[in-house]
This record gives sequence, structure tokens and C-alpha cells, in this order.
Amino acid sequence: MLDEISLELFEHLALLAALQLGPDETVYLHQQLNNQLRVIQALADIPLADETPITSHGVPFTAQTSPELRADIWEPCADAADILAQAPRLRDGYIVAPGIPHTTLE
Amino acid sequence: MELCDLSAYELALLLKQRKISAIETLDACLQRIEAVDGRPGALNFSDPQPDDSHRVHAFITLTAERARAQALEIDRRLAAGEDPGPLAGVPFTVKDIFCVKDTPTTAGSRILADFVAPYTATPVARLEAAGAVMLGKTNLDEFTYGSSGESSAFLPPTRNPWDPRRVPGGSSGGSAASVAAGEAPLSLGTDTAGSIRQPAAFCGVVGLKPTYGRVSRHGLIAFASSLDCPGPLARTVIDAALMLQVIAGPDSHDATAARVPVPDYISALEEGVRGLRIGLSPDYFRITFPDPETGALELQPLPAEIEAAVRQAADRLAALGAEIIEDVPLPNTRHGIPAYFVISRVEAASNLHRYDGLKYGYYDPARVDDVHKLYRKSRDAGFGIQPKLRILMGMYVSAAQYAEQYYTRALKVRTLIRRDFEQVFDPHGSYRLDALLTPTTPTPAFPMGALYGNSVLMQYADQLTVPANHAGLPGLSLPGGLSADGLPIGIQFLGPDFSEDRLLRLGRAYEQSTETEPWRAVRPKVLAG
Repeated sequence: MLDEISLELFEHLALLAALQLGPDETVYLHQQLNNQLRVIQALADIPLADETPITSHGVPFTAQTSPELRADIWEPCADAADILAQAPRLRDGYIVAPGIPHTTLE
Repeated sequence: MELCDLSAYELALLLKQRKISAIETLDACLQRIEAVDGRPGALNFSDPQPDDSHRVHAFITLTAERARAQALEIDRRLAAGEDPGPLAGVPFTVKDIFCVKDTPTTAGSRILADFVAPYTATPVARLEAAGAVMLGKTNLDEFTYGSSGESSAFLPPTRNPWDPRRVPGGSSGGSAASVAAGEAPLSLGTDTAGSIRQPAAFCGVVGLKPTYGRVSRHGLIAFASSLDCPGPLARTVIDAALMLQVIAGPDSHDATAARVPVPDYISALEEGVRGLRIGLSPDYFRITFPDPETGALELQPLPAEIEAAVRQAADRLAALGAEIIEDVPLPNTRHGIPAYFVISRVEAASNLHRYDGLKYGYYDPARVDDVHKLYRKSRDAGFGIQPKLRILMGMYVSAAQYAEQYYTRALKVRTLIRRDFEQVFDPHGSYRLDALLTPTTPTPAFPMGALYGNSVLMQYADQLTVPANHAGLPGLSLPGGLSADGLPIGIQFLGPDFSEDRLLRLGRAYEQSTETEPWRAVRPKVLAG
């Protein structure tokens, strides 16, 4: 039995993804997601031993090849103004955001 | 031959000999761009114009004045008797997925259309420190999501210099096209599933995906962080080696840039291939395509002319003293795309959460009282259809109730793909290969519009390149002939971790052995006059 992404689940995903989709986009994206999912489900048929490890990076990073981490020291940011200048709305050096609604977690 | 048609190696040499200036080289490239490129990609694309259909459209942003200032500085340093660097005066283009300080850095997306980078990516900084001169930023699939160049928000899309009715490939389509059309001898691209090698194959140029960690990703706008690799596109193997020499190596700004010594790629180039063991795998001579009706995956033979190009290359290498090993098994090759559909989407979704309409990038100007409404409106208007598709799939396959079934399983399949390669490259194993020789792509460049919109078929265009990304291995694509339609065919060398020097050596030997072939003299249609 192949999984399929229902329209209800699709709309939930869109909400979680912070996407507000139009009707045409919804039809296209929903169809393409399910087309891709049919391909992805080929993974289920691949024989895999339980002890098969995951690979997060193809190339192993060993102690010898991993770069040394930089010292954890405070340094002034030379271009803070340039970075802040990218924000659409600024006031007194702060990014302006609309209201952030309070949510009570269950 | 015009200066813009010379290789980077030749240009650097002529400059050092004071036979040319950096300004002369720059002007030659700018004249070529003026002659063949047409209007650059732009967000507010007006109706297609007759001129568009036979132009290359490789660029989003041309930085001619910045380049002129750099070229003048190179000429000044040379006149003062200083060493301006190994790539002094050599023009290069940059895929618009790399940050370059004070230049627009769009990722081909509306959401970054007005973003001006506050710093420069490490590979670009290293090229400029070596004296290379950046001409501008090239068009690409939006956030690199595509294999044809057609998903850019900046239109018109790049066209293939060999046949402008066809795609240049993607996602580094603008980069490959700019090199093929003689607009620059070098370009900096990225490869996540084949995005350097596939457009290199389609445009008849050399493309190198280095080992993961060989080149710093600092300043690269991330797609799939465990797969993304910056690398060179060039017209010759020597030029690709020159460029890799400059951009490779550890970087204190990237904890995945491996602390592995960078060899001298140039001196190893002419060492020949005698005694090298080169594998051919039946798993790269058959291809998988989904049935358009049922979606079922079906195996098909590789097109005969592409297989012939690979086998002829093997014959040439054998004549040069290499040992060709047939029937090398790589049985998990066909699982590359299903696993990629999962892994790349999870990483893309994670990376795209940062675009929220608040900190930088596009924001919806309507005043809203709820930050979540701002997020949704900004992301809906800012992202094109391909990023949205990747975010949604990434969230689905990594959700708590599906992650074991999809994401974890895909990461285990990735282990199988990696083991395939480890076994055939194991110096104590049955095959003891030095490299594999494969086709780069299942087809030559396809017509514009032929696949766009079908996200599954488009992804399968990468089926012969994506295994190297899963495994982290280096891959070199180089021209291997022309199809019956006069389109470039790419052949690919794959090798063990950090074996770029060996792949370049193989590529150079093949390139030299085909120097007098008639197809080497054929030029892209946009240059045919």
C-alpha cells in the first residue's frame, strides 16, 4: 500500500512551512509531491540490514581531517551596520516585527 | 582567435610575459558578452523579444566597473614589478549563489532580489586574491533547485550556446554557458546532485565537482549542506586544475572544509595514465526513468551514442597504457535519486526556514498585526514553485511519524551507495580501481520546456551524477564528442576521496589524445557567426 499525501495533510504541511499558497499552486504542488513520493517509496524495497549505519556526510571527517575549531573569544563585528541594513524595517538599530501572538502549548 | 577564446592558462602566461594587459583581456570578454549574451535575467521580465531566442542570457548581474578597477590594479602591480598572482588578469564568472561583498546576490530568487552581500565567499575571495577578475554573477535555477536553468525567477532563462532552443543544464547553467560562449574562461559553480557536471556536459565544457570538504562553502547560500560542493567550470582540464589549485583547502570559516593537504594539481597533469586501472560499470550504461502514466521506475539502455562516447574514451585510455576493467558492479546507483529526493529536501527545508521577511530579503509590504501572517505572505510571494516544493517534501519526510520510514532509511541507503564505491576503489579489494569512467548524463541537452514542470523527470536528469554527491567523491565531466544532432556529450571520471589530481591527469590525457578529432574544432552555434 503506497502512502499518499492527502489534501488535508498537504494543507497542514503548508501551514507548518509558513506558506500561503494560491489554488493553482496547491493543485500543482500537491500532485508533484505525490509523484515524488511514489519514487521515494522505492526505498522501502531495498534490502537493508538493521545494523546499517546512516551516512550524514559521504566523506568521513576524522580527528586528523577535521579543522580545528576557532577559539571561543568575543570579537567585535566589523560590518554590523551592513548586515542590519538588509532588514526591511529598522528602528533605532532594532528589527521591527509585527505582533508575536502568545500561544499556550498543550 | 580572440583573447576571450584563449584559456586561463594562456591568458595568465601572456600577461606575465607582458604581451597582453588585464584590461585588454577584460575588454575582449566584455565585447563577447555584448555580442552574444543579450539582456540579463531580471525579475520584471517583459514579453519575450525575437532577439531573446538566439542569445545566451548567462548573467543576472554584470559587474563591469568593478572588474575594470580590478584589471587596472593588476596592470599597475605588474608594471610595478609585483607578482599579481597565478590567475592574474584572468576573467571569471560566479554563479549567483555565492556572496560577493557589495554586489547583488540573488540565488535566482525573488526573495533575495534586493540582497546585497555584506561579505565575500571564500572561493571567490581566493580567486580574487590570485589576481582573477570577476565579471559578474550568472543565472541559475532558483536556489540551485533544478537541472535546466529554467526555474530562475530572473528571466529570460539562460540558453545553451550550442543550440539556443535547448537548456544549458543546471543548476550552474549560466556558469557553463558563459564559459562555452567565450564570455569568460572560468566560472565558479556548485554541485549538489550534478549541478556543475551536468551543465558542463550539456555545454561542452569541463566541470569538476571536488570531494566534499575540498573547497570551502563559506559564503555559499546553502541548498543541501551535506551535499553542496563549490567547483570549477572551464574550457580545458588545465584551467580546471589551475582554478582548483587556488580555491581548495581548509578555511577557518567552514568546519567542513577538510584539513587535507592540497597537492600540486598542475605538475601531476602530464604524468600520463599508464598502469592506472579504470572501471566501466554496467550500472552506468542503463538508466532509470519513471513511466509517465504509472510512475513505475523502468530500466532503459543508455542512448547508443552516449555509450559509444564512453567506450571510445576507454579505448583511447587503454591505448595510452591504462587497464580497463569491465563489469564493475555499482548496484546501488539506481537508488541515488529516491534517496536524494529525501535527503536534499530535508536539508533544503531546514536551510530555507531562515527566509522570513524580517531579517533580510523580500518582505510583504502589507501591514499585518501577526508575525506569522508576515512570514506566510513574504514566503509565498518571495519563493518560486521549486523552493516551495522542496520545503513541503522536506517537512513531510522528516516529520516525526515518517522520519524513520523515509529520512533515516534514505541515509542508510546513502551508506550502501558509499560502500559500492569503497569496494571498487579499495586497493586491497577485487577491483582495485584508480577511477571509474561513466557517462555524465543520460541524454544530451534537451529542448527548453521539455521537462520543466515534471519534477520527477527533471530530477532523473541527475541520475548518473548524484551518486558521487551521496558518497562525497570527486567527479570530473569533460567533453567526449558530439551527438548526431551536433550537441556535446559529456564523459565522467569518478575517483576516491581527494583524488582530484588523478581525475585531472586522466582528463588531460584524454583531452590530449582527442586534440585533433574533428569534433574538437566545432564551435557553439552562437559563435558560428
